[in-house]
Amino acid sequence: MDFSYTEEQTLLRNSVSKFLADNYDFESFKKISRSETGWKKENWTQFAELGLLAAPLPEEFGGLGGGAFETQIVMEDFGRALVVEPFAGTVVVGGGFLKHGGSAAQKEEWLGKIAAGETVLAFAFAEAQGRFNYADLATTAKKSGSGYVLNGKKAVVIGAPWADHLIVTARTGGSQREDQGVSVFLVPKSAKGVSTRDYATVDGLRASEVTFENVDVPAANLIGAEGNGLPLIERVTDEAIAAHSAEATGAMKVLLDATVEYSKTRKQFGVPIGKFQVLQHRMVDMFMNYEQSQSVTLMVTLKLEAEETERKKAASAAKVQIGKAGRFVGQSAVQIHGGMGMTDELNVGHYFKRLTMLDTLYGNVDHHLKRYAALS
Amino acid sequence: MDVSFSPEEEAFRKEVQDFIAETLPKLGKTSRRDFTTKEEFLAWHKALYARGWVAPHWPKQYGGAGWTVTQRYIFNEETAKAETPQTLPFGLSMVGPVIFTYGNEEQKKKFLPRILSGEDWWCQGYSEPGAGSDLASLKTRAVLEGDHYVVNGQKTWTTLAQFADWIFCLVRTNPDVKSQEGITFLLIDMKTPGITVKPIITMEGGHEVNEVFFDNVKVPIENRIGEENKGWTYAKFLLVNERSGIAGVSRSKKNIERLKEIASAETVDGKPLVSTDEFARKIAEVEIDLAALEYTELRTLAEEAKGRFAGPQSSILKIKGTEIQQRITELIVEAIGYYAYPNERGFGDNEYPPGPDYAVGEAGVYFNWRKASIYGGSNEIQHNIIAKAVLGL
Repeated sequence: MDFSYTEEQTLLRNSVSKFLADNYDFESFKKISRSETGWKKENWTQFAELGLLAAPLPEEFGGLGGGAFETQIVMEDFGRALVVEPFAGTVVVGGGFLKHGGSAAQKEEWLGKIAAGETVLAFAFAEAQGRFNYADLATTAKKSGSGYVLNGKKAVVIGAPWADHLIVTARTGGSQREDQGVSVFLVPKSAKGVSTRDYATVDGLRASEVTFENVDVPAANLIGAEGNGLPLIERVTDEAIAAHSAEATGAMKVLLDATVEYSKTRKQFGVPIGKFQVLQHRMVDMFMNYEQSQSVTLMVTLKLEAEETERKKAASAAKVQIGKAGRFVGQSAVQIHGGMGMTDELNVGHYFKRLTMLDTLYGNVDHHLKRYAALS
Repeated sequence: MDVSFSPEEEAFRKEVQDFIAETLPKLGKTSRRDFTTKEEFLAWHKALYARGWVAPHWPKQYGGAGWTVTQRYIFNEETAKAETPQTLPFGLSMVGPVIFTYGNEEQKKKFLPRILSGEDWWCQGYSEPGAGSDLASLKTRAVLEGDHYVVNGQKTWTTLAQFADWIFCLVRTNPDVKSQEGITFLLIDMKTPGITVKPIITMEGGHEVNEVFFDNVKVPIENRIGEENKGWTYAKFLLVNERSGIAGVSRSKKNIERLKEIASAETVDGKPLVSTDEFARKIAEVEIDLAALEYTELRTLAEEAKGRFAGPQSSILKIKGTEIQQRITELIVEAIGYYAYPNERGFGDNEYPPGPDYAVGEAGVYFNWRKASIYGGSNEIQHNIIAKAVLGL
C-alpha cells in the first residue's frame, strides 16, 4: 500500500504551493475578496500558465491527463490560502460535466478553453424551494424548433459574477422532483433573457441570483442525454464534493496549526494556555477531526471511479465527516483564540466562515446522512 | 411548592404588555437587528425611564423600580416575546450597583440619575490585551499625583465605547503586591485628553467592540470608587451582581419560535423542513435543554427572593444559556440552507438581499454569537468556577 504522490503530482503540489506563498497570503486574500470584482483575473491567467487548470483534464483535449488527485492537490492548497478564484466551479464542475456528458464537439471546444484559462464557468442548480434535491426543479426547458426555451430562477450561483457561461439544470419533462426529465445546458451569460443579480457571500466569495426569461438555447448546448441528467449531476457533484473536501481539509489544517501555536504563546495565569488540560484535549480532538477528514478525502478521491453506489456512499461519507469536523475545528479555533478569534483582522474567523458554508454546499450533514443510509 | 403567578403578578404582566404595545410602535423600528445608532439604543431606554422601569433591580431610593424577582422575570419574558430592544448593562447593571453599593454620596448624586435618564452612556474597561481570562493580571497603570491619578495603558474588547461618555476602569495602583490587591476602580470621563478609541471589526463585519488607549489621562481623585487598591472587591461584586437574565431564557424561547417558523417555511422535497424527523429532533433537543434551564433559573431566582445568593452556582446559567443561544443560531443557519450565503452587509440601505426575509443576516448572527462563550468570563473559566467553588475540587 502506498499513499504517496507521483513525481508529476509532487511537482504540481510544489508549483501550487509556491504560487500561493508568493501571491496569496492572508492580506492578499482580504484585498482580492474585497476588491470591486471580488477576484483577481491575473491569478486565473497564472493558474492557466502554471498548468493548474489543465492538470485534471484529459490530454486529448488540451489537459495534462491527471484526475481527481490533481484536483485534490490544488484544492487542498487553495483551502489553506482561502483562494476565491473558481477552480472548483470551472474545472471540477464545468470540466466534469463536459468530460462525462459532453459530445465530442463540446469536449473539443470547451475542455481546451478551460485548460487554457479562456473560460470561467459556474453551476446554476439550486432553487429556493429545492434545498439539496437536484431534481426539485421549477426551471423548465421547453422544446422549441431545433432548440429549447429556458425559464426559471436559480439561487446562490457561486462564482457566477465571474463566469461567461453557466451550466444550468432544468426540467425538460416529468413532474417536479421526478428523477426523469432533468437536463443540463450550457448557457452563455450574455444570452438574451439571462439576467443576474450579483453579490458578496459571507465567506468572501461572490454569487448571483440568475433569472432566465424565454432564453433560447440551441440543442447543441444540451450536455448529455435529454431528460437523463440526474445521474450525470450526481456524478459531477460527487467529484465536486471530493474537491471541496480537500479544500476544507486544507482550511482545517491552518486552523489546527494556528490554534496550537497560539496556545503555546498566549499566557494567562503565568503559563501558556496550552498547558491547560481542558484546552489540550480540545486541540487533540481538533487534530483527530482533521486526520479523519484527510482520510475521508482520500477515500472519496480514490472511489470517484468506483461503481455508482460505492462512489455515492463515499461522497456522502466525506460530506458528513467534513461537515461535522469543519464545525468543530472552526468553533474550537475561535474559542481557543478568545476575543482575537472573533476579529476580522485575524485569519481564524475567515477560515471558520468558509468551513461553515462548505457544509451547506452540495448538501449538509443531515442530507448526506440520509443519502448514505438510503444507499446502505 | 408553588410556581404559578398570583393575580397581582398577572395584572403586572398585563401592565407590561400594554406598555410594550403602546411604546414599541413609536420607536419606529421593531426588528432586533435594526437598532444600531446611539439614538436607537436610547429610545427604548428613555421610554422605560419615563415610566420608571429602566432599573428594575435598583432599590427605590436610587430611582429603581424596586420589583420583586418574579416581576423582573415577567418583564424579561414579555419584552423578549415582543422582541423589544434591550437596555445596555454597562450603566444599569454594572457600574450603577457598584456606585450605590460602594460609592460616596457625591458620586451617587452625580452619576446615578444620569445613568437612569440615559444621559451618560457607560462602557466597561476591564479586559486588556494581556489580561483576558486572567483579568487580575491587568497592567493599565494609575499613579496618584496630588489630587488626581495619571492613567496609562490599554483596555480592549470595550463594547460600544464609540458611543460612551464614561468608562469604568480597573487600573493598577500597586504593582508590588499580589495582583488582586493592587487594583483600583476608577470612573473616567471619555472626553478627557489622552483617550483614544479604535474600532475592532468582528468577523461578520460588525463594529461592537473597541480598543481604548490611555496616554497620561488625568482622573480626579473624587472619581475613585471606595478605597485605593480595593478595586478587585468591587469588580467581583459587579461580576456576580446581576444574574437575572444572564441565561437569556426568554430571548432563547423567542428565537426557538423563530427557528420553527423558518423551518416551517423551508421545504425538503415539498414538505416543511420542520416535519422531517431529523430536524424536528434537533429542535426538540434544544427546546428541552432550554426547558431545563428555565427551571434552573427559576430555582436560582427563588433562592434570591429569599435573600440567599446563588453565587458560583449561577455559572451554570452562563454556560448553558450561551450554549443554547449558540445552538439556536447554528440551527437557524442550517434551516436556511443556501440563502445563508448572501452577505447582507454588501447591500445598501434601500436594497434587500436575495432570499426570504427571515434569512437576512442570520449567518452573521451565528458568526457573531461565537462571542457568547468567550465574553463575561469564558465558558472554560465558568467551568473552573463551578469545579472549585461548588464541587470543591
